[in-house]
Amino acid sequence: MKEYRTINKIAGPLVFLDKTEPIGYGELVNLVLADGTVKRGQVLDTSDELVVVQIFETTAGIGKDTGVRFTGEAIKMPVGREMLGRILSGGGKPIDGGPEIVPEKRLDITGAAINPYARGNPSDFIQTGVSTIDGTNTLVRGQKLPIFSGAGLPHNKLALQIARQAKVPGSTEGFAVVFAAMGITKEEANYFMQDFERTGALEHAVVFLNLADDPAVERIITPRLALTTAEYLAFELGMHVLVILTDMTNYCEALRQIGAAREEVPGRRGYPGYMYTDLACLYERAGIIKGQKGSVTQIPILTMPGDDITHPIPDLTGYITEGQIVVNRELHRKGIYPPVNVLPSLSRLMNLGIGKGHTREDHKKVSDQMYAGYAEGNDLRGLVAIVGKDALSERDRMLLEFADIFENRFVRQGYDEDRTIEDTLNLGWDLLSTLPVEQLVRIDRELIQKYHPKFRTGAKKE
Amino acid sequence: MEVKEKKTKEKKHAVLKRIAGPVVTAVNLDAHMYDVVKVGKEALMGEVIKIQGDNIIIQVYEDTSGIRPGEPVENTGLSLAVELGPGLLTSIYDGIQRPLAVLVDKMGNFIERGVSAPGLSHEKKWTFKPLVKSGDKLEAGAILGEVQETNIVHRVMLPPNAKPGIVKVIKSGDFTVDEFICVLEDGREYPMIQRWPVRVPRPVREKMNPTIPLITGQRILDGLFPIAKGGTAAIPGPFGSGKTVTQQQLAKWSDAEIVVYIGCGERGNEMTEVLTEFPHLEDPKTGKPLMERTVLIANTSNMPVAAREASVYTGITIAEYFRDMGYDVSLMADSTSRWAEAMREISSRLEEMPGEEGYPAYLAARLSEFYERAGLVKTLNGARGSVSVIGAVSPPGGDFSEPVTQNTLRIVKVFWALDAKLSQRRHFPAINWLNSYSLYLESLNDYYDREVSPEWNRIRSWAMEVLQKESELQEIVQLVGSDALPESEQVTIEVARMIREFFLQQNAYDKVDTFCDMKKQYDMMKAIKLFSDLAYAAQIAGVSPSQINTIKSKNELNQIKFIKDYKPELAKIEKEMDTEFNVLRSAA
Ligand SMILES: Nc1ncnc2c1ncn2[C@@H]1O[C@H](COP(=O)(O)OP(=O)(O)OP(=O)(O)O)[C@@H](O)[C@H]1O
Ligand SMILES: [Mg+2]
Repeated sequence: MKEYRTINKIAGPLVFLDKTEPIGYGELVNLVLADGTVKRGQVLDTSDELVVVQIFETTAGIGKDTGVRFTGEAIKMPVGREMLGRILSGGGKPIDGGPEIVPEKRLDITGAAINPYARGNPSDFIQTGVSTIDGTNTLVRGQKLPIFSGAGLPHNKLALQIARQAKVPGSTEGFAVVFAAMGITKEEANYFMQDFERTGALEHAVVFLNLADDPAVERIITPRLALTTAEYLAFELGMHVLVILTDMTNYCEALRQIGAAREEVPGRRGYPGYMYTDLACLYERAGIIKGQKGSVTQIPILTMPGDDITHPIPDLTGYITEGQIVVNRELHRKGIYPPVNVLPSLSRLMNLGIGKGHTREDHKKVSDQMYAGYAEGNDLRGLVAIVGKDALSERDRMLLEFADIFENRFVRQGYDEDRTIEDTLNLGWDLLSTLPVEQLVRIDRELIQKYHPKFRTGAKKE
Repeated sequence: MEVKEKKTKEKKHAVLKRIAGPVVTAVNLDAHMYDVVKVGKEALMGEVIKIQGDNIIIQVYEDTSGIRPGEPVENTGLSLAVELGPGLLTSIYDGIQRPLAVLVDKMGNFIERGVSAPGLSHEKKWTFKPLVKSGDKLEAGAILGEVQETNIVHRVMLPPNAKPGIVKVIKSGDFTVDEFICVLEDGREYPMIQRWPVRVPRPVREKMNPTIPLITGQRILDGLFPIAKGGTAAIPGPFGSGKTVTQQQLAKWSDAEIVVYIGCGERGNEMTEVLTEFPHLEDPKTGKPLMERTVLIANTSNMPVAAREASVYTGITIAEYFRDMGYDVSLMADSTSRWAEAMREISSRLEEMPGEEGYPAYLAARLSEFYERAGLVKTLNGARGSVSVIGAVSPPGGDFSEPVTQNTLRIVKVFWALDAKLSQRRHFPAINWLNSYSLYLESLNDYYDREVSPEWNRIRSWAMEVLQKESELQEIVQLVGSDALPESEQVTIEVARMIREFFLQQNAYDKVDTFCDMKKQYDMMKAIKLFSDLAYAAQIAGVSPSQINTIKSKNELNQIKFIKDYKPELAKIEKEMDTEFNVLRSAA
C-alpha cells in the first residue's frame, strides 16, 4: 500500500493532504506515526488537489513526517458471536484483557438504511417492570425510546433497571444487550459494569467504552460500532437486542467540534446543520424486518443542557425517536424514584403494543384517564399556591389529591421492584377509584363495569 | 495520425474532480441546470444544481462513499422526471420514484446504492378501453381512454404539452405502458406512459376559487378550521404533538379520491405503519381498501438528503397527474421542514451565502412555488380536479417564529397550530383552537347551509365564542379560583369544557371516534348547545352552578362519539337532560 507524506495542515481533528492519487470519499485511512503507532481516520472531502481526513483519535504526534495510507475501503468492523461478554474500547478494540475477536464477518459501520418496505411493524410489548413506562409509555420491540435527563439525575440507574428487567412476557427467544458509553466518567462506567456483573447480564452483553478522557472524536464511531454489532446479532443471529447509548449529548458535542474544525456554517447553537440527518442515521438503525427473526430496540440516554427540552440535542432527538421518557429534577428532589415525569413523556408505538392480545383491553383507556387526571391535578398545584385549597371546588380538590397519590404510588417504585403489567394496570384502577365514577369520562362504561374496584367483585384476570 | 490524436486530446472525458458528501464536482461536462447525470463507475443518479466556470456541481441521490476523483460522469440530457401511468396506485416509492418493493427484490432488506428501477412496471399488461374514436380531434391533455387500475379508474391522457391532432388509430385491449395505444393522423404515436419533469408544474386551463370543503371526519378541522378541496394548510408543531397522526388521519378519512402521502425525512416505522394498516382500512365512501387510492413516497431521515429534496416534487407531480384526470387529490407532506433542511444542507455544501438560520435565500420562493401547485382547476380536458396540499412543519424547539414556519404561513390559507401543552395533557388532536385559523370559512358557508344544516354556521360561531370567552375567564380563574366568578360565567366555563372534551377531543385510535361525519358533528354540537341553553335558563331561574354540575346526563354526552349508531342514545340523553333540569328548576 502506498504511503503519502504530504500533510500540509492539521486543524482540530482534521488533517489536510496535498495531491495524492484519487482517493475515495469516506475511505478508511491509517496514519503511521514516527514511533510506529497507527491512528485511524476517514476521508471527508476528496479532490485532485486536496484530501481532508478526519482523525478518530487525538492528533497528538501527527506531523509532516506522518505516513498516510489509504485503505481503499470504508471503515469495517469485525463481528462475531464471540463478542458477547466482551468489553471493547470506543474504537472497538478489546480492553478486557481477553483475546482479539475472531471475526465471522466484517461489516461497514455506516450501516445501510432499512428499506421501509422491508420493515416489520413493531408490536411486541416489552415489559420493563417500571409502571411509568409499561403503563403509560409502553416500549415495544424495534422501538427507539430515549431517556431525556439532566445532569445529576438517576438516568443510568433507570436504564440499568430497564436492561435488567426487560422481557417480552411468554417469549423465550435469545436476547442481548449492546451498551455503548460515549464520554461518560470512569465512575459511571464502573456503575454499569458492576451492575452487569452482579446480575450476570454481562454474559449476553457487548460493551463499548469511550470514557470522558478518551478522544472526543472517537465518539463519532462508537455508536456506529455498537449498532453494527447490534444489527449483526439481531438480523444475522436472530437475537432481540437492546442497545443503550449513553450519553448522546457527548456524541453531539463531538459532532459540533468536527463541524467547527471544518469551518462549516453552524446551525442552531453552533451544532452542524446536518445534525438531524446524522442522528437519524443512528436512531433509525432500530427496528425489525418483515419475516426475519431478531430486533434492535434502542434506549439512547441524553442529558439536556440546562434541563432545557428545546435545546437542539433533545429537540432533534425527539423529532427522530418514537417518543421519550423524561426524567425530572423536581420529582427527584421530592425523593421519588424513578423520577419520570409522564406528562412530557410519550411512547408513539404504545398503541401498537397494548390492548387485547398484547397487554389488556383496558390499558389504553386507563392510561389516558390517569394522564388526564394527573395533568389537571398538576395544574391545580399552581392555583393552590395562589388561592389556597379552600377556594377549590370539590372536583378540583380530588384531582389535586390524585396528582399526589399518582406520584407516590404509581411513579414511585423500588430499584429492584419488577411490576408485571397486571400489577401496573390494577394499581392504575386503584388510583382511579379515588375519583368519582362519573369523572372517568375517558373510559367506556363496559370497561368500568369490568375492572373498576367498585364493581370488580372477584373480576378475573384475562 | 497526429491530427487525430490531437483531436481526442481536445475532447476530454467528463470526470469527477471533487467528492464531499452528497455534492460532487465534475469537469469537462456539457451540462444545463437540472440535467440528470450518471456519476462514477456505478452510474449513481445525480442532478446538476450549479454551474461555475468549468465546474459542474451535482447533487447525488445516493450515497457517494468510495467514489474517487477521476471517475467518469455522463450527462443524460434529461431532467429529473417521473413516470406517469397505470401502476402508480398502491405503490411505495423513494424520493426519486424508485419502487421500494422492487428494490427489496433487487437488493434485499437494506437500501444499497447503484440500483435503478423504473417507477412503473413495463411488463405488466393493463386493459385499455378507448374513449375516443378515429377522426376525433384531440387537444393536449385529452382523455384517450380508461384503465381499471384498482377500484379507481385511471384515465389515460394525451400529454399536456402535445400539439393538437386527429385520431387515426385507437386501440383496445391489453397493453403494457410502453405499447402504443393511439396514433394520430400526423403519425405521432402515444403509449399510456407519460414522463413529466418534476420541477415543472403541469399546466391547467384555469385555476378556480375553492368552494367545497375537504371533509376530513376530524371534528376540530371540519367543525372549526376547514380546508377546501384545492386548498393549502400547514400543520406546525413540536415533536410528538400530532403532525403525523393528523396527516395520517387525513390520508385515511378525507373524502379525496386520490391520496399522495410523502414521508419526507421522517421515520421508517411510520411508513411501515401506513403500509400495514391501509390495506385493511375501508374508504368510508366506497367501502374499498384505502390503499387502492393511495400513492406513498418514503424517503426516510436516513436515506440520502438529495433524494429527500426531490421527494416533494415527485409527490406533487403525481398528484397533479391524477388531478388532470378530474380527481380530487390530497397530498400530505410530512415534514416540509426536513425538505427545507435538505435544501439547507445542499446549499451549504455549495458554499452559498446563507440566509436566515442558515437556510438558503430562496427558501421562501421554493415553499411558495410548491404550495402554488395546489388548487382547484379546470383541467386541459375541461374536467374539474383539485390538489389539496397539507404540509407538516417541524419547528426547532417548537418555536413558530423560525423561517420555515413563518414562510409557510405567509402562503397557506389554513393554519392548524399544534400545541405541546395540549398534547402533554393528552388533549388530541392537540390543535390550539385560539391560534388556528381557516381563511376558507366564508367561501364554504354555502356548502354547509346546503349539505349540513342552515344552523351550522351559527352554531359554529357560537362554539368559537364560548371558547374565546373561556380563555379570558381562565386568566381570572388562575388568579382567584373558579368559585369567585359570577354564576353565569361558571356555566360558560362548564360549557366550554364540554366543547373541548366532548367535541374537540377525538381519539384517532378508537374504532368509531376516528372518523366523524358532518351530520354527527352537527348533532353533537347541537346537544352541547342544548345543554348550554338549558343551563343558562336554569341559572337565571335560580339554580346554582354547582347544582348544574351535578346533572348526570351531561357526562353521558361524551359517550356519543364512541357509539356508531348514536342517534337513539343521543335522543335519550337529551330527554334526560331536560328532565334533570326540570327537577332542578322546580326545586329552586
Ligand atoms: N388524534 C389523536 N388521537 C390520539 N392520539 C394522538 C392523536 N394525535 C396524536 N396522538 C398521540 O401523539 C403521539 C405523537 O403524535 P405524532 O407522531 O403525530 O407527532 P408528530 O407531531 O408527528 O411528531 P414528530 O415531529 O416527532 O414526527 C402519537 O403517537 C399519539 O400517541
Ligand atoms: Mg411526525
